[in-house]
Amino acid sequence: MSSRTLYDKVWNLHQVKELPGGSTQLFVGLHLIHEVTSPQAFSALNEKNLEVKFPHLTVATVDHIVPTLNQQRPFSDPLAEEMLATLEKNCTTHGIKFHGIGSNSQGVVHVMAPELGLTQPGMTVACGDSHTSTHGAFGAIAFGIGTSQVRDVLASQSLAMKKLKVRRIWVDGSLQKGVYAKDLILHIIRLLGVKGGVGFAYEFAGPAIEELSMEGRMTICNMAIEGGARCGYINPDETTFEYLQGKEYSPKGQEWDNAIHWWKSLASDSEAKFDDEIQLDGSSIEPTVTWGITPGQGISIKERIPNPEKLPKNEQQIAKDACKYMNLEADQPIEGTSIDVCFIGSCTNGRLSDLQEASKIVKGRKVSSGIRAFVVPGSQKVAKEAKQKGIDKIFLNAGFEWREPGCSMCLAMNPDKLEGRQISASSSNRNFKGRQGSANGRTLLMSPAMVAAAAINGKVTDVRKLIQ
Amino acid sequence: MKQEFPEGEINAISGRSLVITGDDIDTDRIIPARFLKCVSFSALGEQVFADDRKELKGNHPFDLEQHQGSNILVVNDNFGCGSSREHAPQALMRWGIRLIIGESFAEIFFGNCLALGIPCMTSSKQEITKLQYLVNENSNQIWDFNLKELSISNQKESFKLNLEGGAYKMLYTGRWDATSQLLDEEEKINNTVKNLPYLNNFK
Ligand code: SF4
Repeated sequence: MSSRTLYDKVWNLHQVKELPGGSTQLFVGLHLIHEVTSPQAFSALNEKNLEVKFPHLTVATVDHIVPTLNQQRPFSDPLAEEMLATLEKNCTTHGIKFHGIGSNSQGVVHVMAPELGLTQPGMTVACGDSHTSTHGAFGAIAFGIGTSQVRDVLASQSLAMKKLKVRRIWVDGSLQKGVYAKDLILHIIRLLGVKGGVGFAYEFAGPAIEELSMEGRMTICNMAIEGGARCGYINPDETTFEYLQGKEYSPKGQEWDNAIHWWKSLASDSEAKFDDEIQLDGSSIEPTVTWGITPGQGISIKERIPNPEKLPKNEQQIAKDACKYMNLEADQPIEGTSIDVCFIGSCTNGRLSDLQEASKIVKGRKVSSGIRAFVVPGSQKVAKEAKQKGIDKIFLNAGFEWREPGCSMCLAMNPDKLEGRQISASSSNRNFKGRQGSANGRTLLMSPAMVAAAAINGKVTDVRKLIQ
Repeated sequence: MKQEFPEGEINAISGRSLVITGDDIDTDRIIPARFLKCVSFSALGEQVFADDRKELKGNHPFDLEQHQGSNILVVNDNFGCGSSREHAPQALMRWGIRLIIGESFAEIFFGNCLALGIPCMTSSKQEITKLQYLVNENSNQIWDFNLKELSISNQKESFKLNLEGGAYKMLYTGRWDATSQLLDEEEKINNTVKNLPYLNNFK
């Protein structure tokens, strides 16, 4: 059993009571909601005649269904409009703060909450979305929940939860140039498998993690769930405090000093006990690309698509499925695989530094002919800051489309979709069958800089070849 | 027709079964993301496994005549991985599924099912394979699930199933609806709030 880890400390502080079923009632410090998983929860609340217990601890935005070309209301898709209108109505009725279209603070929920300073160390954060693990980057315990749990949190600001085990993933060394947080997490998921983290919270630690910016840390924690770990976190440090200082919802004045003092005390102690520990060398990681239909099917850019026959027995079937679905040939190098669509965005990699790194690759170059490439900033703030830095122009000049913020082609609930058998290079987090809007569309996950390189060359490319 | 959804103690479930084979069947396959565009769950039953069904042109287990009205689903490993959306269990429930048996389940999916009163029972690969074989052999037979005995059986064969203690208790006592438990002792919630620095100006 773990002890004196950040997870243990935060867990203990938020325990309300033990429940008859053997789980714990855990208090939720920050509840984020969006249009897809909240309407049914509000209906259930109404049916049971319950109130929202702490309306000021729930914050709403709209992200999944928003169109990225034209955000004029009403949306041209009546279903999307209905979902947004329902959320607006629920927020008004229950006194919940809503960061809507045109508010300057709307965005993908896991992008906008951190940049407003809503997410802070030591909190428990829940949201009806599996990538809530993102917020663990701040040293919070953050996890995705289902709609019935959204209802529970609205009604009681708490949840029935089982305590997870804690696995520390220690990453030594430094990432090479051209290798990003995305490569690191794809590498980890490949190593431990998509189920490797089931029952665990992942603590990411070590020199390579400490070196990462907050945005890189969010990318890592964002995809903890793709490795089966419901939450991932990083101990708060100076990088965390620097990021939070001056944010809209960050503490100010004397409170700020007190907060830092408390936040520092939350980090896992040097004598902390973990249920499991893993160590890896960050400096040996290469740009990593998925070739299959789970985020665990990643290989380095220098490798060949695996031959299912040569894989461990338990990986063979899914590898065969993947080869068939992806129509990629075993033993062929992944580098050079032709692509059709390039997508830069999502809660994994739609932040300013992601766009910035990718723009360095496309600057002065042109998108290869026949490729449809587009950038969807993760939030209105990201969009605004990118424009101030001229990043939008770099992309537009290269032949990329520049869109309005939202989830977009990460899951294609809006009009941005793959068509037919199209294959995309995507900075998002899931390459499941049909994920990007076409029932048989194909997705290769990679870092935003690698997506940019793919757009320029029209095929999967080692981004390091384009870095001067 | 108005469907009856699980209610109260879930001790026994009887009915016909059907099989979905394959490991790592994710929530996007159970209910493709484009169907999430809804403000109520009511239509999801018809759309369960939509893309797989389309691909199999009427030969998907959920389309086959003999499986209509079945309420027990037998699956393989890591079923329900992927997103935390409750749409996947909702879609299965609204199609008619009341019990799922498999090698293992994704954690969030398991919890979402439990919150709907749908037990997700596990057994070994070997046993599941055998059960799937038997189910496929005769889709008409009635299977009886007994929570207390942790078993499912037809007339001839019986299979041992597993379920962790907490979930067992919740189903057994009918207290799988978490909300009421959470609101039991509100002053305890308020006490927790008082001890959280970030809700008390970091004092
Ligand atoms: S960007 Fe993708 S993964 Fe992130 S919240 Fe939106 S749909 Fe989910």
